[in-house]
Amino acid sequence: MRNDKGPPTLPALVSILRQGAFLIASIHTALDDSQLLRFQHELIDRVGRDRAHGIVIDVAALDVLDSFGTRTLRNIARMANLRGARTVIVGINPDVAFAMVELGTDLSGVLTALDLEEGLALLNATTAAGHSLPARVIR
Amino acid sequence: MTDTSINIQTGDDMLLPELVAHLRENRTNLRQEWAARITDANLLSAMTHQEIFSEATSVYDNYVEVLETGSVEALQHYARDLSERIIPRGVETDEVVGIVLLLRDVLARSLFEKYHQDFPLLNRILDAYEPAANRIANTVAVSFVEERERVIRQQQDALRELSTPVLQVRERLLILPIIGILDAQRARQLTEQLLRGIRTHRAKVVVVDITGVPEIDQSVANHLLRTVDASRLMGARVIVTGLSAEIAQTLVEIGVDLSKIVTVGDLQGGIEEAERVLGFTVIRPDDAQR
Repeated sequence: MRNDKGPPTLPALVSILRQGAFLIASIHTALDDSQLLRFQHELIDRVGRDRAHGIVIDVAALDVLDSFGTRTLRNIARMANLRGARTVIVGINPDVAFAMVELGTDLSGVLTALDLEEGLALLNATTAAGHSLPARVIR
Repeated sequence: MTDTSINIQTGDDMLLPELVAHLRENRTNLRQEWAARITDANLLSAMTHQEIFSEATSVYDNYVEVLETGSVEALQHYARDLSERIIPRGVETDEVVGIVLLLRDVLARSLFEKYHQDFPLLNRILDAYEPAANRIANTVAVSFVEERERVIRQQQDALRELSTPVLQVRERLLILPIIGILDAQRARQLTEQLLRGIRTHRAKVVVVDITGVPEIDQSVANHLLRTVDASRLMGARVIVTGLSAEIAQTLVEIGVDLSKIVTVGDLQGGIEEAERVLGFTVIRPDDAQR
């Protein structure tokens, strides 16, 4: 539910930018569980509104990614997939990466890449070239 | 070594200054005798006579200073410094302990010579001297051993650093040749270096070559699996090469699931596979000209 009267739902904790057919979501700071869920809702909503074919989620600013965070990212990827967008997680720090596998958090089935640039390149490669552009109907 | 001051108050406060004065007075003789006894005992054979004599002088002066001030701090410092100089030359612990004990004996002997007519006084002098002398011997020995342990630790660290190089062979392609036993600590360090290497070199593919690893146990194998997973989270693919027949057998027998890992027979095959993934083709110049 978006509250039009109150402050913006996501005050600078995350930003969601549109870049062509892709959405770039950056998480700037550690989010608590409810903030994560709001982020998820907002992002999935934007997939439909912006007719996005791909999402890059940048988590480079995070020092920790707990099980709830990981599950939310995985859910976002699945939901976005149902709405026609592939998701790439980028910017996982070495320490975070190893902590995640140590804890047995499962991010399999979700695409990952080193950073934003790589993530966009991966999306460009995986979403078919013609498919990533809005179809033009020619009379 | 918690407390660095020696309390040599044994009733008569005048004994210690007297002792120190005696040692100062006979500095030349005692020093010479000590150096001679070091040579006789074949200690410090790695050093020349001049070196022994000059070190002996410093130790002697420090020794007297400790007796005078009761503080072993300066001696500790000197002993550490001395150890740093003589350890690379192969001086052993028994030699260092040996020379300090020799000095103790030489000095005790000279005290005996001076006071042997007044036996009660000699006794009190020795009461003041012995604890301090033992403390000095202890300090020097402990400083030496500590210094040696520090050197060993340093060398171990250096070895460990060298033992897991992360090398870039092509743009975005790293190789990690592992040689020797992979224990838990080394495996952890390897993971750390690999993940950092992926970030600094912006690697997309990593070839981990374990040709030089004689055996792998379950925990190390699982660690390797986790490393591959973590690398994937950072956007890099890991190719493991050079699994020996023994390791392959062990892994299958202990039931480690390697189905998620890409393995290739040898390093060459691994690099070729990595090049294919990255879209490189290697062409011989004369083939290209044709």
